[in-house]
Amino acid sequence: MKKYWSFFRMRFLGGLQYRAAAWAGVATQFAWGFLRLLMFRAFYEADAAAFPMELGQIASYIWLQQAFLTAFAVWYFDNDIFESITNGTVAYELARPMSLYSMWFVKNLAIRVSRVSLRCLPVLAVACLLPAPYGLGLPASPKAFICFAVAMLGTLLLVVAFMMLIYIATFYTLSSLGLRIMAAAVCDLLTGALIPLPFLPEELRKIVELTPFAAMENLPLQIYCGSLTGAAMGRAMLLQAFWLIVFIAGGALWMQRSLRRVVVQGG
Amino acid sequence: MIELKHINKTFRVARRNAGLSEAMRSLFHKEYTLVHALNDVSFRIGEGEMVGYIGPNGAGKSSTIKVMSGILTPDSGECIINGRIPWKERKVHVKEIGVVFGQRSQLWWDVPVIDSFELLRDVYAVDDAAYRHNLDEMTELLNLSELLRTPARQLSLGQRMRCELAASLLHDPKILFLDEPTIGLDAVSKVAVRDFIRRINAERKTTVILTTHDMQDIEAIAERILLIGRGRILLDGSLAELQKRHSRMKRIAVDYADGRFLPLPGLTLQSGEAGRAVFTADMDALSVSEAIAHLAKEANITDISVSGATAEELVLSLYEEFQI
Amino acid sequence: MKDAFRLYGKYFSIHLRSQMEYKASFLMMTLGQFLVSFSALLTIRFMFLRFYEVDGFTYPEVLLCFAVVLMAFALAECFARGFDTFASMLGNGMFDRILVRPRGLVFQVIATKIELSRLGRLLQAILVFCIALPESGVSWTADKILTLVLMVVVGVVVFTCLFVVYAALCFFTTEGLEIMNIFTDGGREFGMYPFSIYGKEVLRFFTYCVPLALFQYYPLLYMTGRSQNRFYMFVPLFGLLFVLPAVLLWQIGLRHYKSTGS
Repeated sequence: MKKYWSFFRMRFLGGLQYRAAAWAGVATQFAWGFLRLLMFRAFYEADAAAFPMELGQIASYIWLQQAFLTAFAVWYFDNDIFESITNGTVAYELARPMSLYSMWFVKNLAIRVSRVSLRCLPVLAVACLLPAPYGLGLPASPKAFICFAVAMLGTLLLVVAFMMLIYIATFYTLSSLGLRIMAAAVCDLLTGALIPLPFLPEELRKIVELTPFAAMENLPLQIYCGSLTGAAMGRAMLLQAFWLIVFIAGGALWMQRSLRRVVVQGG
Repeated sequence: MIELKHINKTFRVARRNAGLSEAMRSLFHKEYTLVHALNDVSFRIGEGEMVGYIGPNGAGKSSTIKVMSGILTPDSGECIINGRIPWKERKVHVKEIGVVFGQRSQLWWDVPVIDSFELLRDVYAVDDAAYRHNLDEMTELLNLSELLRTPARQLSLGQRMRCELAASLLHDPKILFLDEPTIGLDAVSKVAVRDFIRRINAERKTTVILTTHDMQDIEAIAERILLIGRGRILLDGSLAELQKRHSRMKRIAVDYADGRFLPLPGLTLQSGEAGRAVFTADMDALSVSEAIAHLAKEANITDISVSGATAEELVLSLYEEFQI
Repeated sequence: MKDAFRLYGKYFSIHLRSQMEYKASFLMMTLGQFLVSFSALLTIRFMFLRFYEVDGFTYPEVLLCFAVVLMAFALAECFARGFDTFASMLGNGMFDRILVRPRGLVFQVIATKIELSRLGRLLQAILVFCIALPESGVSWTADKILTLVLMVVVGVVVFTCLFVVYAALCFFTTEGLEIMNIFTDGGREFGMYPFSIYGKEVLRFFTYCVPLALFQYYPLLYMTGRSQNRFYMFVPLFGLLFVLPAVLLWQIGLRHYKSTGS
C-alpha cells in the first residue's frame, strides 16, 4: 500500500508544478461550461416544454461535469504507457514486483485524482456563487448526495478500467492514436459528455442506459441533479457495479494473455 | 571568416525548491536567478580552420553556436561572419553555413534518404549541376550508395550520421557547425566521420567548428582548441601547444607479475587492476627515471610504457586548473 | 511565390509518402477524426428531434453553419497544423533547424507539418454540406454562393490566425496555453450553432475580440434570407483584419525567442 501512496504523492507534487496549466485549465473548463450552459438555455427558451430536464438541473450537471472533467473524461490517457508498449520497454516493467495491471491502474488513478483535486475547487466555488438557475444547485436530497459520492467513485474506477482495455488493445494494433480517438468519439456521445442522456431519443436512450458508458459520468451527475431517482437509480448503480467487475476482471485476464504474447515475441 | 567581439548573453532561469509547501507557493509566485551564459566572449576563426570547441555541459558552447548560426541574439557585442551579422541577415547567412546536431536528425524519418536530399536541394535552391556534383562526391566519400534508397528510420546510428553530414554539405556551406557529431557512434563510424571531416576541410577549405566531449575527435580533427567554462573563453590555442604546456604530466602504465607500489609525492595512481597499474607523474616533482626506479623497487615489472598526457587527461587537467 | 508553391508541393509529397508508410494507422486516424465530428453532428440531430428551432434557426440552417465552421477548421488544422503543434516543434529543436534554413519561417512551419488524417473532418464537413445545401431552402444564386465561399475561406484564415497566436504564445511559455482551446477547439464546438444563441455578450465577444462570428453568424443571416442587407455578405472580409494582430504577436514572440533561445 505504501508504494502506491508514495507513487500518488509523486504524481500530485508533479502536477502542482504546472501552476499556469492548472489556472488555464480552470479558466478553460469554466468558459466551456458557460458556453454549453448558454447553448442549453437557448434551446430551453425555444421550447421549455420539450426540455427533458429543468434549467437548474442542467446547470448543476454542466458545472459538476466541468469541475470533474479531469477525473471523468475518457480521453486523458497516459502517453508513457502507450510509448512503453509501442517501443517494447513494457518488457522491463514485468521485472517489477507489482502486477502490471494494478500498477497501471493505480498510476492512472493517481494522475486523475491529482489533476482533479487541483482543479475542481475553483470551478465548484465559482459555480456555487452564480445565481439560480445558472449556478450549481444543492443536491436533490442528502441521500442523493451519498449516492452521488458512491457513484462518483464507481465512475472513476470504471473509466480507468475502460482505459486499461484501450492500453491492452494497443498490444495488438501498436498504433494507439486512431484507437484512442475512436474511443473518445464514442464515449463523448454515449457517456453524456456532449449532451446529457435524457436529450437522446427515447428508444436510443433506453439502449444506451444499459451500456457501461451510461455508468460513467452520466450516473453520478444525473443522481446529483435529481433527474435519476428511486428504483431507476438503484438499478443504474447496480449496473455500474456489474460493469466495474466485468471490466476489471476481463481487463486483468486479457492483460495476462497479451503479456504472454509480448514475452513470446521477445518484447 | 568568423569574428566575435565581447559577446554577452544573460538568461533568466526560474528557481524552484523541493517540498509541498514550496510547490504550493510557486502556484502564485516564482523566483528567478540570472545566469551569464556568455561572458565577454571574443575570438576569430579564419577561413579553412578546424576548431574544437570544448567545455563541460552548460558552459556556453551551444549558446555560442546558436549566436553564430543566427538562432540567438546576444545582449551585447559584435559577431560578424562572412561580413554579415547572423541574426540580422538570417536567410543570406544560413545559406553559407551547414549545421549538424548530433542528437537531432534533419532527415525525414519515413522516406528514403535521397528524398530528404532532394528537398534540401530545393530548400537551398542549389542548381542541378552543383547538386549532382556534390551528391556524387558525398556518395563516394561517405559510401552512401547503398543507403540513399533506404528510409532514415532503418539506418543505424553511424549510417545516419554519414547521411546527416552529406545533407548539411549539399549546398556548399563555407562554415560547418558540428554539434557532437560522433555521439553514440561505434568506433568504425567515428573514424569514418573524422576522416570525412578532415577531407572536406582539406578539399573544400570548409571552416569546421566542432563541439564534442570525445577527446579523440579533438585529437583527430581540431588544429585549434577553444575552451569555454562558465560563459568565458578560458583558453585558445593549438592542441600541440597545450600538450607542450601540460607535458609536465606523464602517463606511466605498468604491467607487473607481483609486488606492490609505495606512495611517492608527484606520482598518482590513476587506475589499478590485478597485474596492471596506470600512474601519472608530475615532472615538476620528479623525473621519469626517478619514477621508474621508484616503481621498480618493490614490484616485479614485466612491461612499462611512458607517454605524454592524452587529450582526455589534458582536458581534465584544464577543467581542474580553471575549476569548471 | 511560384517557387514557394513548388517547394510546398515537394513537402506535401514527402508528407503524403511518409504517412502512407503507416496505412492502417492513417486510416484509423482519419476514421477517428470523422467519428469525433460525427458525434457532434448526432448531438445536433438529437437536439432537433426535440426542438423545432433555436434562436429562430432551423435544423438545416444550423447544419449549414456547422458545415462551414467544420470545413474551415478542418482545412486550417490540416494545413496549419505546424502552428497547432508548435510547442513540440520548439521542444524537439525542430524550430532551431527551421531557423538555419534559408526560407521564410512561417512557410517552413506550415510545410514541416501537414497532417492529412485531419481530412477526416473535412470529409464530414462535405457530408454535412450534402445534407444541408439542398434542405436549407436557400436558392443558390451567385451572391449566396459567393457568401458561402467567403465564409469558408475567411474561416480558414481566422482559425489559422488563432493557431498562429497560440504558437506565438508558445515562445513565451508552454504552460497554460490550454486556455487557447476555448477559441480553437471551442470555436469549432460552439461554432456549430450560430453565435447569437449564446446571447448578446458572447456574440459581441466573438465579433470584436475573436472574430469567429464574422464568418459565421452575420453572413449566415444574409445567406438564409433573414436579412437582405448586402453588407452582411461582406462582413467576413473584416475577419481578415485578424491577420494583423496575429502576425504582430508572432513577430514579438519570435524576437523573444531569439533573445532567450528557449
